[in-house]
Amino acid sequence: MEHASFIFGSWAITAVAVGVYALWVIRRGRELAKHATREEMPWT
Amino acid sequence: MAGQSGTGTSATRRLGVLVIFLLATLALCGLWFSAEDVVQGSTVRIMYIHVPSIWTAYIAFGLTALCSGVYLSGKNRSLAWDRVAGASGEIGVLFVAVSLITGSMWGRLTWGTYWVWDARLTSTAFLFITYVGYLAVRQLGGTHRQRARRSSVLALLAILEIPLVHFSVTLWRSLHQEASVANPNAKVELDGLMLFSLFLGLVAFTLLFVWLVLHRQRGMMLEDAFSDRGLDVAITARRNEAGA
Amino acid sequence: MSGAGINKRRIAVAVARKDLTIEWNSRILVNQVAPFAAIVMVLFAFALDNDGILLRVAPGLVWLATLFSMLVVVQRSFTVESADGALDALRVAGVDMGAIFVGKAIALMVQLFVLELMLVATAVVLYGVEMTLAGFCEAIVTLVVATIGLGSVGTLYGGLAAGARGRETLLPLLLLPAVAPVLIGATRATEAAFGSGGTTVSEGWPWIGLLLVFAVLFSAAGTVAFGPLVDE
Repeated sequence: MEHASFIFGSWAITAVAVGVYALWVIRRGRELAKHATREEMPWT
Repeated sequence: MAGQSGTGTSATRRLGVLVIFLLATLALCGLWFSAEDVVQGSTVRIMYIHVPSIWTAYIAFGLTALCSGVYLSGKNRSLAWDRVAGASGEIGVLFVAVSLITGSMWGRLTWGTYWVWDARLTSTAFLFITYVGYLAVRQLGGTHRQRARRSSVLALLAILEIPLVHFSVTLWRSLHQEASVANPNAKVELDGLMLFSLFLGLVAFTLLFVWLVLHRQRGMMLEDAFSDRGLDVAITARRNEAGA
Repeated sequence: MSGAGINKRRIAVAVARKDLTIEWNSRILVNQVAPFAAIVMVLFAFALDNDGILLRVAPGLVWLATLFSMLVVVQRSFTVESADGALDALRVAGVDMGAIFVGKAIALMVQLFVLELMLVATAVVLYGVEMTLAGFCEAIVTLVVATIGLGSVGTLYGGLAAGARGRETLLPLLLLPAVAPVLIGATRATEAAFGSGGTTVSEGWPWIGLLLVFAVLFSAAGTVAFGPLVDE
């Protein structure tokens, strides 16, 4: 494929950026949830 | 274990699985199965992530403005609106950043340069900076109500600011170069599978956005609850994270 | 109803007068901000060491120097308030925040206008700008309209950033993107007034229209949004 480095690079940047953010959101949520009471987590 | 221990529910987990499946399919279709464009060749494959990410950013900022408006106009003024606005703004900034980066890489291939002073690019850069400012204002401190009020007003001011910036930048460009760099998408002749890939990208990214907002605003709800309790768990959590 | 209107006007005038009196007594604008703006203009001349280029970009430099100096003036305008909690005291007393906004904005506009006049004069002297009479009139109109827009946005975001940690860095982040239309419009209008780059005076008026739209929108928005933004 022509320009493979740019094409895969752009997909990789997107994947890493979104992936790292999603991972951060989930891990932070879990960490916070450890100390939370049931009332503070109305979705459970 | 992952069940009730975090910001997830069975619904978000199902949504998450669906998003992962859709994104995997998108990667297969966009990078492998779909044909190359007649004019742009293989570079058109960047479109399948670039266009969905700017689309998602627009949705995110729209939601931020909507929730801010509801917060300011509502009688009970639930902080939930503010948290959704904040979560959405944060995710919007992420996706604008991604689309600016992928867009400039695409521009390097099709225009031969990473950046052109095109009206749309320039106002997208301003959009990015404006919402970085919005996020900074959310971090100012004070009570949750103060944060909500300030940031909601700011989000509505951004609605005023962005069209003005776009309009003035458009005027500015039209003065200097008549034939502005054409919209790269316009040159693309989309066949069936390419159109499907693009559509799939839009759907997948939108659902990804919904999933992220759900999780993030629940996380923010916990952050708010802890600072109400006066516990500095947030800091400990961050420290643990850094240590891990 | 009309009584309240007069009252608001009186508050606005009082606030503007108070700010300008403080400024007059301290002479920060004359003694510190104006020299800062002037040295920026001189530094531009060092950086762009070419008479032709300087003449071409003089309008842009005038407005860039205005924006940078404005950051200093806005911050000062609100340090005065937050130092002794004056703004909070007024709010507690139930004073209309819209009127306070108008007053502070007027004081800021007056200071900016003086500063801009000085910068334009500096450009004429240092960069060798020549203006026709029509160009001079257009330059004055540009200054007035652009200043109304700048003063409104500056007061609005200045009030928000006042009293916050890291306000020195927050203010430019909020303010500079918001005033980009003013920079574009005012620079093009001033170019037409200066006749730089072969522009004619008539080319400037549409840009003044843009500045006018900006001024109207943000002075209206500021009057409404200032209260909620500076809350506590």
